Amino acid sequence: MAEFIQILISGLSAGSIYALAAVGFTLLWQASQTINFAQGEFVMLPAFFVLALTVKLGLPLPLAIILAIFLSVLLLGAVFKKLVVEPMIQHGTLPLVIATIALGLLLKEGVKEFYSPLGQPFPSLFPQDVLSVFGAAVSIPDIANFVIAMGTIIGLQLFLARTRTGRCMQATAQNPDVAQILGVDIKKMVLYTFLINGALAAIASVLITPIYLAKFSNGEVLGLVAFIAAIVGGFNQIRGALVGGLLIGVIDNLSAGYVSAEYRQAVPMLLLIFVILVRPQGLLGTSEGRAV
Amino acid sequence: MIRKATLLTASALSLMAGLASADVRIASVAELSGAGAAAGAVWHDGIKMAVEEINAAGGILGEQIDLVEYDSQTDPQNSRAMVQKAIDEEAFVLMGTVYSSSTVVNMLVAMQNGVPQITGSESPTITAKGNPYIFRTAFGAQKGLPKLGSYIKDDLGASKVAVIWANTEFGKGGHDAFENVAASNGIEIVSDIPTEQAQVDFAADVAKLKSSGAEAVFAYMTEEESARFLIEAEKQGLGLPIVGDTVIASQKVIDLAGSAANGVSSHVGLTAEAPIPAIREMAAKFEAKYGYGADHNAIKGYLGAYTVKYVTEAVGSFDRQAFADKMHGLCLDAATHPGILMDACWDDTGELSRESFLVQVVDGKQQITKTLPAN
Repeated sequence: MAEFIQILISGLSAGSIYALAAVGFTLLWQASQTINFAQGEFVMLPAFFVLALTVKLGLPLPLAIILAIFLSVLLLGAVFKKLVVEPMIQHGTLPLVIATIALGLLLKEGVKEFYSPLGQPFPSLFPQDVLSVFGAAVSIPDIANFVIAMGTIIGLQLFLARTRTGRCMQATAQNPDVAQILGVDIKKMVLYTFLINGALAAIASVLITPIYLAKFSNGEVLGLVAFIAAIVGGFNQIRGALVGGLLIGVIDNLSAGYVSAEYRQAVPMLLLIFVILVRPQGLLGTSEGRAV
Repeated sequence: MIRKATLLTASALSLMAGLASADVRIASVAELSGAGAAAGAVWHDGIKMAVEEINAAGGILGEQIDLVEYDSQTDPQNSRAMVQKAIDEEAFVLMGTVYSSSTVVNMLVAMQNGVPQITGSESPTITAKGNPYIFRTAFGAQKGLPKLGSYIKDDLGASKVAVIWANTEFGKGGHDAFENVAASNGIEIVSDIPTEQAQVDFAADVAKLKSSGAEAVFAYMTEEESARFLIEAEKQGLGLPIVGDTVIASQKVIDLAGSAANGVSSHVGLTAEAPIPAIREMAAKFEAKYGYGADHNAIKGYLGAYTVKYVTEAVGSFDRQAFADKMHGLCLDAATHPGILMDACWDDTGELSRESFLVQVVDGKQQITKTLPAN
């Protein structure tokens, strides 16, 4: 039982970070019909911002993290939208998808070339203490990762539901033409979505990298997992991405623990196939339209 | 006038071509990117440093070494293509690869072409296939692990051990060798957990280890996976002695895992902390040159390049077949061959014999606890 609780909590912790990346997928899709296949690399890159700022420039870790989030919002949000999405979206979704794949490769190879192909140690943000929960040893980092990731997503939900800007963003996602007639600055709302995605990617990055180590190839795993989570949960719902992320995290860990480590990556793929066959809109998704 | 100038230019070019062709080409085929970069890139840096020293001292038989690097990308099939490319480009000797999964594939190409290959791989299968052109720079797991068995049983007093290992050629070799060691020492393996190359999440594996009833954990994975495992073990408060062979206590793993590596015990064939002045001097030069500490892979690459020099000079010509023949049954002593760092012998399979060490990681540094004789 203790082992099961241990694996479950570890799965929820990892899953909550996957959910952050998955929410980014859904946000961009909702706001601008952008499927960002560079999302994994978006999560990989901010950790290297932190490393560059701490190791190369000698900044303290908290300041480096704040600056890395700012840089991510700027580069992975605003610059990404301006230089990649706006020019490509005019040609349709498919060219944009291909452009994001190319961007992912560029980011990955860029980090490999200009930083290092080797894994890099990344400082843990939390003490490595362990708590006992029903006989299971639960680590403080696992709890902290879960709380921060869930808090971020809940905060985002509240922002979208309870603030005027958030409701304008939802209106833009649901029907941009009507939103524009009602006086919503839809360009600004779409920009906000990209900025939020940059921030989500940066938060996911600083939470996951102490466990994964900082490495140029981290995006391959994270991007795939987040994409599957978004599809499984429902590509057009934030709460779907949240559920999808948690589900993938838990299933991945349970299958590694009780099925086989060799086939752990296959189990989420089987889940994906099953969901697509049985409920193509995802577990919490809706088939009729878009909503953030 | 023009004719004279043309003749002079042609003569100069042919002279330069003659000089260029006089260089001896050595190919470093290594994991410079991909999951094995933590091992291959360091191995390659060790080779580079040795080659620069050798060239500065006059080269091999008066010829400068032209070191050419080939990136296997930690992909066995790509490593095979890179070995073929190196042979097509007339490499005299191949250095690499480090990952056993690649070496078992690419060494067949080197064997078919009769090109000697100095490898950093440690899987027992490498030297068990009857390849007369393969030679190790570190002994195989089947030679290293028996030295660990008595440590687990007598020093740790553990009779139940959990094994976590990489499901690769390297990992399988270590796993199978450890099974034999456990059986011969009366140690029960209570949990047997394979992991994947480039695995990033070890939470479930550590949870299984915790509930396995083991008194110690034997870990046999490559560098980055070992570091991630140690980080997760610390995170979950595993609380069991962790032992391994070479990699788990290597400087690269210590750098990556930080405090999580403290307390790990390991048998190591080569270490920068060895009480041998030549190794310490080499490690200090390496750190000054590259800005990071030399681990066993750096030392393997370094002494591998010097092995090529000494064996070629013993043969007296750049003859690949004579080189391979010479290495079988060869012993090099460090007193007269300082680049070899420690006395070493190769048997007729290319397997290596050398002293080795038991180490423990204390405050982020390897501490030698015992020096073990060659076997």
